[in-house]
Amino acid sequence: MPWNAWHLARVDEMKRWNLGTLELRSRLLLGTAQYPSPDILQRAIRASGTDMVTISLRRHTPGDRAGADFWNLVKETGVHILPNTAGCHSAKEAITTALMAREIFATTRIKLEVIGDDYTLQPDPAGLLEAARELIRQEFEVLPYTTEDLVLAGHLVDAGCGVVMPWAAPIGSGQGLRNPAGLEALRERLPDTTLIVDAGLGRPSDAARVMEMGFDGVLLNSAVALADDPARMADAFRQAVEAGHAGVEAGFMQPRDMASPSTPTVGTPFWHEA
Amino acid sequence: MQVLVNGETKTFNEPLSVTDLLDLLAIDEGFVAVALNGDFVPRSTYESTTVNEGDAVECVAPRQGG
Repeated sequence: MPWNAWHLARVDEMKRWNLGTLELRSRLLLGTAQYPSPDILQRAIRASGTDMVTISLRRHTPGDRAGADFWNLVKETGVHILPNTAGCHSAKEAITTALMAREIFATTRIKLEVIGDDYTLQPDPAGLLEAARELIRQEFEVLPYTTEDLVLAGHLVDAGCGVVMPWAAPIGSGQGLRNPAGLEALRERLPDTTLIVDAGLGRPSDAARVMEMGFDGVLLNSAVALADDPARMADAFRQAVEAGHAGVEAGFMQPRDMASPSTPTVGTPFWHEA
Repeated sequence: MQVLVNGETKTFNEPLSVTDLLDLLAIDEGFVAVALNGDFVPRSTYESTTVNEGDAVECVAPRQGG
């Protein structure tokens, strides 16, 4: 096998990871809302290299084909579906939505959102935990959208969530990491939990940064959908996520206080004792 | 009788099952999921689930989401 082919096969092998019970390659999860057109959405999904996209459930309007067309278009891409409970404001609403999603998408996986504040779309911790417990009792694989709150994340893990998804900033804000120290603490304190940063990222460097912190993946939507060229931005985020993760696996050098010449000093021409 | 379907008041004749309601609204069963008064109604029980006066039905389908 030529060296390059061997290297690529090995890189591909190394990319495999588990999101709950599912084996994936891409560590980028993509939302499907707010794209300028269905065609651009499809191109963004492909360019992102994602293995999983999020989808919502909304009131059905008889005769409206847009919903069916959208769903067929996503199915065509062949990626896994992660339904969400976006817009739910109580545990009860979220549980019912999850049950409806399980029937439509034939998946027990659910991105659990229980919103506590309409202005910040901050999760309701009590409702989130209550819904997570009930859905896990009903054999769902719950991926809760939460804040960087360490104690709440711990409760979610104790409830049986193998994956926890803290925000970086409010949904759709594109502000990037509002509390990097909080995210770092979460990563450090929950080393065995799969942690996906979900919401608030704006730029590819934000994604690279959370991956460098050791997060397992990133879930994005607005940063890609609202870019001038969503497919290009999807590709940029793909590279950023891969770069950040590869950086962690490669192991960072220790920063040093002073400069240290990278070129050997032995044999420097014109050298003389100062 | 009046039933709230996706937030809109609609008038139906009794008796009405979930299957009848979807038929009358020309909704393809395979494409949607249903909740009655906030509780999930599994597809296998549409036939045997009765919709009563004043009930609230939610009927949802896949849409773009983040």
